[in-house]
Amino acid sequence: MTATDVSSGAAQRRSGHYLYAASVALLCAWVLVPLYFLLINTLSSPDTVNSFPKPFIPEFDWGSLEFFAGYEGMLKALKNSVVVAVLTMIMSIAVGAPAGYALSRFEFRGKGLFRMLVLLTRAFPLPLLALPLAVMFIRTGLDDTAIGLALVHTTLAIPFAVLITFSLFSGIPIELEEAAWTLGCTRFTAFTKVVLPLILPGIAASAIFAFVISWNEVFAAAVLTIENRTLTAFLLAKLGEAPLHLKFAGGFILVVPALVFIFAVRKYLFAMWGIANR
Amino acid sequence: MTPRYLPYVLILPVTLFLGVFFLYPFALVAKQAFTTGGGFTLDNFREVVGYWKFPISLKNTMLLAAIVVPVQLALALLMATMVNRMQKGRDLVLYVWTIPLGISDLAAGIIWLAIFEQSGFLNSMMTGLGLVDQPITLLGYQNPWLVFAAIALAEIWRATAIMLVILVAGIGLIPKEYYEAAEVFGASPWKRFVKITLPLLRPSLQTALILRVVLAFEVFAVVVALGGTLFPVLMGQIYSYQFDLMNGGGAAALALIVLAISVVFTLIILRALRVPKGATI
Repeated sequence: MTATDVSSGAAQRRSGHYLYAASVALLCAWVLVPLYFLLINTLSSPDTVNSFPKPFIPEFDWGSLEFFAGYEGMLKALKNSVVVAVLTMIMSIAVGAPAGYALSRFEFRGKGLFRMLVLLTRAFPLPLLALPLAVMFIRTGLDDTAIGLALVHTTLAIPFAVLITFSLFSGIPIELEEAAWTLGCTRFTAFTKVVLPLILPGIAASAIFAFVISWNEVFAAAVLTIENRTLTAFLLAKLGEAPLHLKFAGGFILVVPALVFIFAVRKYLFAMWGIANR
Repeated sequence: MTPRYLPYVLILPVTLFLGVFFLYPFALVAKQAFTTGGGFTLDNFREVVGYWKFPISLKNTMLLAAIVVPVQLALALLMATMVNRMQKGRDLVLYVWTIPLGISDLAAGIIWLAIFEQSGFLNSMMTGLGLVDQPITLLGYQNPWLVFAAIALAEIWRATAIMLVILVAGIGLIPKEYYEAAEVFGASPWKRFVKITLPLLRPSLQTALILRVVLAFEVFAVVVALGGTLFPVLMGQIYSYQFDLMNGGGAAALALIVLAISVVFTLIILRALRVPKGATI
């Protein structure tokens, strides 16, 4: 091999490296720039939002957000969204985690069928099921209530809760539990004293995931609530008539928890799919 | 309590829950779709399929899925392989790329509205660069293709992340030794991608595609935010049957059609990407 070969190879590798770095930067910009535009619009006065051309630097005016907070029904919708999402979070973990534990620890008849049922729900456009539930809820008095909507959102979140907790429990060796049994723990105390502390951060992550699913859901929320609209349903209903600055401030409020939550659960995003695929 | 019954006790809550809120409403939808007042009938289906907006919303929904899902798959595969060979800043890049995972379709629609509306950032940039003299109406009936492009871009922007997460997790499961062996035999990076990554990634590709395709047929809020009534889609039609036309039977029939399309595509994907028996890593 001659010297020129080596240097041209190195040059090629370097240019390949630059291309690689540039594409990574470009793809990051592809995600972040639209978010930045939303931020500019949110932190500009209503006049600026409706004017032309747009500034490319936010002017840090709280007018749009104040208008959002003062808009009739908006704060109530925000509160409803939080209530429904918290209820969804609690229910999906309370219902889903035991099943995740059962799937990871026991071999039992019907296990395949059960997994099938859980996986099947993901192949269905679940929000559609809000249509018949609307009738059922009117009969049972659950219509237009936070708990009713939370029940539907829990159905959306349960497959994820089961699969995430399944992969989390599978990550904890059963030997740890067995050691606790030999040391005098019952199955229950071994679970609460040994497994639970290890699993708690992961449970928190899957709870947050359930929160985000509920927080973002639009269709079922729009179908099942009338007076007690959640933020997404309220914004959807107002899309036609609302001024631009209201839409953008609302969009921004919808996005903020997502940013925080994805950051909080980033460690678990991959673990849960890695095993859940199988 | 003996361990023999314990697993059944543990899965009981989920089973009950899915029974009441998944299987039962599913049966209700079917019943509502096939009845009008009394007895079995196909009238609801005839009505919704015969409505002039049905062919166009079916076409729009399918076209959107046909454009969006392959682009997302390619983009997610590219991003996943890029992340895989990254040494520095992997966590940060992954966080940035997965941000849209937490963003609702409604919020994504609003975000892209900020770019495409008449006094929005695209027009601001174009006038700034002297491409146009004054802001033009981008999301109007004059430019149906632009409305489509805006919706497609918003969908690609928002929902590539879910595929990325699944594929990154899948690639992480492929043993590094395979790549090392291939390198020893002089396989190029492209060859390694085609001969090792793609075949071994099948289970993940299956999951990612099913999830994405089903969600693509559910596209709704992005369309409402960006297109309004300019771009009718199936979910939007269901919504208007339920609320504007007050026709529950029609909504149910259309819902069953969407369900059927989703199931058919799920089966096609399962079949096309089936993993040969015993061929796991």
